[in-house]
Amino acid sequence: MKNTKILATLGLACSIFLAACGGADGNTSAKTSEGLSGNVAGDGSSTVAPIMEAIVEEYAQAEKDVKVSVGVSGTGGGFEKFIAGSTDFSNASRPIKDEEKAKLEEAGVDYTELKIANDGLTIVVNKENDWVDSLTVEDLTKMWTEDGTTKKWSDINPSWPDEEIVFYSPGTDSGTYDYFNEVVLEDADLVKSATLSEDDNVLVTGIKGDKNAIGFFGFAYYESNKDALNAVLIDGVQPNAETIESGEYTPFSRPLYVYVSNAALKEKEEVRNFMEYVIDNSADMADAVGYVRLPAADYDAAREQLKAVK
Amino acid sequence: MDHNLQAKISRRIAKDSAMKWLFGSAAAILVAVIAFLFYGIGADGVDRLNLSFFTNFGSRFPEKAGLKAALVGTLALMAVVIPVSMFIGLCSAIYLEEYAPKNKWTAFIEMNISNLAGVPSVVFGLLGLTVFVRAMSLGNSILAAGLTMSLLILPIIIVASQEAIRSVPDALREASYGMGATKWQTILHVILPSAIGSILTGSILSFSRAIGETAPLIVLGIPVIVQFLPTGPLSTFTALPMQIYDWAKRPQPAFADAASAGIIVLLIMLVTMNAFAIYFRNRSEKKLKN
Repeated sequence: MKNTKILATLGLACSIFLAACGGADGNTSAKTSEGLSGNVAGDGSSTVAPIMEAIVEEYAQAEKDVKVSVGVSGTGGGFEKFIAGSTDFSNASRPIKDEEKAKLEEAGVDYTELKIANDGLTIVVNKENDWVDSLTVEDLTKMWTEDGTTKKWSDINPSWPDEEIVFYSPGTDSGTYDYFNEVVLEDADLVKSATLSEDDNVLVTGIKGDKNAIGFFGFAYYESNKDALNAVLIDGVQPNAETIESGEYTPFSRPLYVYVSNAALKEKEEVRNFMEYVIDNSADMADAVGYVRLPAADYDAAREQLKAVK
Repeated sequence: MDHNLQAKISRRIAKDSAMKWLFGSAAAILVAVIAFLFYGIGADGVDRLNLSFFTNFGSRFPEKAGLKAALVGTLALMAVVIPVSMFIGLCSAIYLEEYAPKNKWTAFIEMNISNLAGVPSVVFGLLGLTVFVRAMSLGNSILAAGLTMSLLILPIIIVASQEAIRSVPDALREASYGMGATKWQTILHVILPSAIGSILTGSILSFSRAIGETAPLIVLGIPVIVQFLPTGPLSTFTALPMQIYDWAKRPQPAFADAASAGIIVLLIMLVTMNAFAIYFRNRSEKKLKN
């Protein structure tokens, strides 16, 4: 007797869970007569994710039956899925690499590159660091490249303290690292003593806690931690919304991209609709989440690019 | 002589109390860490635990961000994991204990199952990506993730169920056969009823592992930005650990509070499940005594 009771309890437990799943069915709203429906899938950079989240949040109100899902596997991880054909678009915090282009070609995926916002890759030091004010790209290359020696602040400028520099860098899978590699390291090795983390908040905490620390990450992380960190001027230019938008903050003012599959644009009306929405709203949403809008002409150009795919 | 003995005794007593302190402080460190964790998370997250936290989707405004999609996604995931892993796990355990011949081949299989239990979860994620997501083209759906998680916890369920079945005294089996019962009747009416308590205990503990696992979900490419609820087993979804991980990485400190609140929800789910596990264990122990 007892065993049937136990089995029944088990069955009940299972059905409760199934019901919880099934309950979700009831929550989907009925399709509006003229509204679009369908699925749009994207993945990619965690740097671009906050803008995407804001856009998707608004879009879900505008088009209730289009289900947009966006992953945050990083720029490289996003491209892998884009190449495998499991996503309609891919977010990137650096331009596509040649090897990725080759793989997309091999897989027969045609794509369109859209710029949606600007980010200022920001070099930061500890608040108590009162010696560094401005650095040049050459200084950074000298500091961050592995050459077998122990790096000291006095190596860069003799008047700076004779103390070891402590390095913090985003992980090698991130577009931020790739961009830094391109501009500063030029494919040389990063200093071995550097602490790498995929979580930028780990970098923030590390730099906050060490007077001799230096690190880099997206502008939004600096914005949120302004009180505890100092941004280093690059060739005398302060990273802020104006200098990043105008491109004066060079070479660390970098565009953020969305790569969208042409086939998806052609075949799925909802993908085209969502992409148009992205272009129309990127400027405001970039401002809202701590990035920098592109000049208006760039968004017009992106609109033309989308139209050209037929 | 007498003095010597006295010294020996007091040395032993000193050693005894030293060991007591050692063990006691080891336990105290553990309690302190847990208390610190709970305090830290509780202080940050408790303010966010209101109704809207459960009824809102993710948002760019940290104070508006909720875990509706993630919570429903996790429940839907468990709706796949529980029946699939329980069915396959229990059936395998019954076969291995009651039907399989006790030879080297069976021992080899059992050894491999035990080893599988120690394989890192990220490896199961890669397996799921290759087999379920790509080869069977299930995409990053609830079904694909549920099957992957089922594979992840199957070894634990099989081993726990085997031990439970093994602990049923042979006298019960023999009595059942003596009454003329078939093997299946014996399993259904004698073995399972006495073993089910420990089977459930082991299974529930492994379900809570499946709820908390993040690595396989990341490998499968489960998205985080999701503004809709799943509509069926092939629907895209997100899950609690993914949402918490995403919030924890955000630059704005207010998202960290949302992450803490998410962790509280996850902890409550896990503690509730573990409480059920303990309840079933106590019940089966009581029954065995009677």
